[in-house]
Amino acid sequence: MTESAIILKSAGSKRHRAEARFRAYGLIAIAISLSFLLVMIGSITMRGTGAFKQTFVQIEVNLPAEKLDPEGTRDPEVLRKARYGKLLKSALRDQFPDAKKRADKKSLYKLVSSTAEYSIRDQVAANPSLVGGTHPFWVRASSDVDQYIKGAIDGSLEESQRRVNDKQIAWIESLEAGGNIESRFNTQFFTGGDSREPEQAGIMGAVVGSALTLLICFLLAFPIGVLAAVYLEEFSAKGRINRFIEVNINNLAAVPSIVYGLLGLAILLNVFNLPRSTPLVGGMVLALMTLPTIIIASRSSLRAVPPSIREAAFGLGASKVQTTFHHVVPLAMPGMLTGSIIGMAQALGETAPLLMIGMVAFIVDVPGGVTEAATALPVQIFLWADSPERGFMEKTSAAILVLLGFLVIMNLAAVYLRRRLEIRW
Amino acid sequence: MAVSSDISIAARGQKNRLVELAVRCVLVLCALVAVATTIGIVASLLFEALRFFQQVPLTDFLFGLEWSPQTALRSDQVGSSGAFGAVPLIAGTLLISAIAMIVATPLGLMSAIYLAEYASERTRGIVKPLLELLAGIPTVVYGFFAALIVAPMLRNGGESMGFEISSESALAAGLTMGVMIIPLISSLSDDVINAVPQSLRDASYGLGATQAETIKQVILPAATPGIAGSLLLATSRAIGETMIVVMAAGLAAKLTANPLEAVTTVTVQIVTLLTGDQEFDSAKTLSAFALGLLLFVITLCLNVVALRIVDRYKEQYD
Amino acid sequence: MVEDLAMNEDTKQPMTPILKVRDGQVFYAEKQAIIDVNVDIHPNAVTAFIGPSGCGKSTLLRCFNRMNDVIPICRVSGSFEFSGQDIYDSEVDVVSLRQRIGMVFQKPNPFPKSIYDNIAYGPKIHGLASSKSEMQEIVETSLTRAGLWNEVKDRLDQPGTGLSGGQQQRLCIARAIAVQPKVILMDEPCSALDPIATATIETLIDELRENYTIIIVTHSMQQAARVSQKTAFFHLGELVEFGSTEQIFSSPVDERTQNYITGRIG
Repeated sequence: MTESAIILKSAGSKRHRAEARFRAYGLIAIAISLSFLLVMIGSITMRGTGAFKQTFVQIEVNLPAEKLDPEGTRDPEVLRKARYGKLLKSALRDQFPDAKKRADKKSLYKLVSSTAEYSIRDQVAANPSLVGGTHPFWVRASSDVDQYIKGAIDGSLEESQRRVNDKQIAWIESLEAGGNIESRFNTQFFTGGDSREPEQAGIMGAVVGSALTLLICFLLAFPIGVLAAVYLEEFSAKGRINRFIEVNINNLAAVPSIVYGLLGLAILLNVFNLPRSTPLVGGMVLALMTLPTIIIASRSSLRAVPPSIREAAFGLGASKVQTTFHHVVPLAMPGMLTGSIIGMAQALGETAPLLMIGMVAFIVDVPGGVTEAATALPVQIFLWADSPERGFMEKTSAAILVLLGFLVIMNLAAVYLRRRLEIRW
Repeated sequence: MAVSSDISIAARGQKNRLVELAVRCVLVLCALVAVATTIGIVASLLFEALRFFQQVPLTDFLFGLEWSPQTALRSDQVGSSGAFGAVPLIAGTLLISAIAMIVATPLGLMSAIYLAEYASERTRGIVKPLLELLAGIPTVVYGFFAALIVAPMLRNGGESMGFEISSESALAAGLTMGVMIIPLISSLSDDVINAVPQSLRDASYGLGATQAETIKQVILPAATPGIAGSLLLATSRAIGETMIVVMAAGLAAKLTANPLEAVTTVTVQIVTLLTGDQEFDSAKTLSAFALGLLLFVITLCLNVVALRIVDRYKEQYD
Repeated sequence: MVEDLAMNEDTKQPMTPILKVRDGQVFYAEKQAIIDVNVDIHPNAVTAFIGPSGCGKSTLLRCFNRMNDVIPICRVSGSFEFSGQDIYDSEVDVVSLRQRIGMVFQKPNPFPKSIYDNIAYGPKIHGLASSKSEMQEIVETSLTRAGLWNEVKDRLDQPGTGLSGGQQQRLCIARAIAVQPKVILMDEPCSALDPIATATIETLIDELRENYTIIIVTHSMQQAARVSQKTAFFHLGELVEFGSTEQIFSSPVDERTQNYITGRIG
């Protein structure tokens, strides 16, 4: 008895150490994988949140009536045509008379965004009574000043190592002391189109482009995907043809996305001559790409509808088509929608095929229709990531946060649909 | 007459049958879209690639060791004809994919094992969606991460240890791609491990095996074909991945096995050749389709083999 | 009655039970599956657990080698002793417990490995063989004891899954024997087999009694009557009656036992 007692309690501490070690490997693997997620989201969030704020500078600008509106019409059309850049520059010179040399003047003008004159123009056009006096205007600071204020440019570096020089820093400090620098919520980022100037660039154009592309994608892929699934699951004989289509779909699901882009380029653009760079073509390419996902999800949700429902409908004398579309498809709809939303989320994040069909152009205007040249959110991220200006780093990260936000919303919607609507058989 | 129509079991009206027929036709057409897509892909790639091979021999493309598609503007310039040897591109693609798989296989597999065999229901419920989150992040985000965060980190780290690491090193792209593939491997392997019948675990525990012994000596050997299939699928995914390499890998074709140097890949070249201005009939543009065809064939073969292995494996335990 | 049972039938000498349960309780979450069970299992005999399905007989069987540990909602209380040691003591190592108390399952579950590797797996993990020839000896002895040696000796390298159902189950028994257990728990070992294979296994069980203590869960009363010396009848989680098989089947004390044996419940 004691002999067996010894055996019972002491068995191989070596084996137990091996057990603990193996278990720890698993935990470590998960910890490493999740820490990548954390580092990635964390570093992008840290870099990106700055872009939601924009530095503004207040400048007293003199608006002489004889220059802006010599005929005294106060017509906004006339006021729009005047040149505000010169007025802004002279206002800056008046504020900082120490800028005498050409180079210093250049540095001085670079304090504000090159788009600042348009903002003054718009304000004057909207309120012609400003003409003829000197008024304070809040204008966008240039990207470099913005980055300096946000601490992204280190003022303690050698002057030659940083993008703002000592003079500029002195001016900024004097502006700050006078309460003439303010950090505001950057509405332009959410409502504006792309721009060469980081401080002016917005994602609205890309968001609308993505929305239009997804709209086309959904309108094509959802009905075709659902109907194809209905055919495969409910109508076709389970034979060779069915099997062939099935293998086809499974393989399409694993084709690299860039190949779909090549398909779009060679057939949609070059053979059918559809307009390049448009959401129409982008949506069509993404529809083909998401089709397998939607078909596979729709099939499994059709399969989950119990045969008793079909038998009940047949028993009442309903035809095959009636049974399918009156009873089976409505019951499978939540699952189909869930699958489609997940497919759409994939399509929203897809970049490579859109590059192939030319949705990489620099487009300032927000697209107004599916046949206008547009870009998409992930492509915008790609373009900005490629830009050398420091200010775009922040904008890229912020655009990624917006993209991830949309993806989270779509996935949550899918989870919600699954939880609330899907019938468990 | 009224009575007889009440009890008639004759065929319904012509209209009804027409509707049924029309619906069937629409359904068949929709199902055929998938087949048409495949045909479209093969046809477009093949057609353009054949035009390319009229200008550049197939053997030069497949076995050539030099890739420089820049056809010169003036015919007297050096290398005016351009060189279209795909070997350096394939080598670069394989190098980056290999790094990705070396990162992702142990992490993905061990995560799957922990989730399937050790984790409590609660832990699983938290960790699995988080890993899926990793899979849901668009590749352009990974590309940004690789180019602007991982690559500078590696370069600085290398500098401090006395290595010279290119800012577009294969390592940065491969590492990031590995992270992207972890969830793919873990979720596929998780399914495969769960398909191993409980009775085998019981048998092993009943003999007094520890959990680790059971996993290593019973479950993994039983799941090997399925795991091999999922690794093949993951490799195919790595080979076809575009954005990470476009943003983080190099442009110049270089035949090297050194992960610290910059290499380029098939997908990078396709993107480079087809974005920006293009003259459509030049060998340079057409070569992108030849590369596309190459990519399609490689990934298709991997997928077909992988899907077959996985299917057969699943049937075994059904 | 316990006193009466604690006598060796041949010598009429008192014997120490190898397994002893006092106030055994098992819960699945809130539901109680085993209620106040007291039972002594004696060495070198076959004890049969019978009763209608869901009566807790398999649950109790799995308590002896703590196979219930893998079910998170399962909770065990009371005292379960193996050779005088508390099975559920926190210091007890399930690994060595299961080496001492082996198990054969309802469905034959050979590993997808060769016949040889199936048998060698247990001795290998427990380090029972120090050389290759020793391992071969263990494999041969185990297969011989399980009555399978002559049928498979020429194809030890072939997969165990290729054998017939009855052979697979005997392979599983040989696999259990190979780790040199004291007790073998059998959970309806013949329920997936045809009558001929069942008969072979039953003969084997009878032979194994000489070297091992066997507890067999079965829903076939005929099988219990054929192979066991002791029978325990369970009903709704309670041990209704425990005694020599002969007595249980010929003159059951409890009415429920009688009803079950005559086919009125179950």
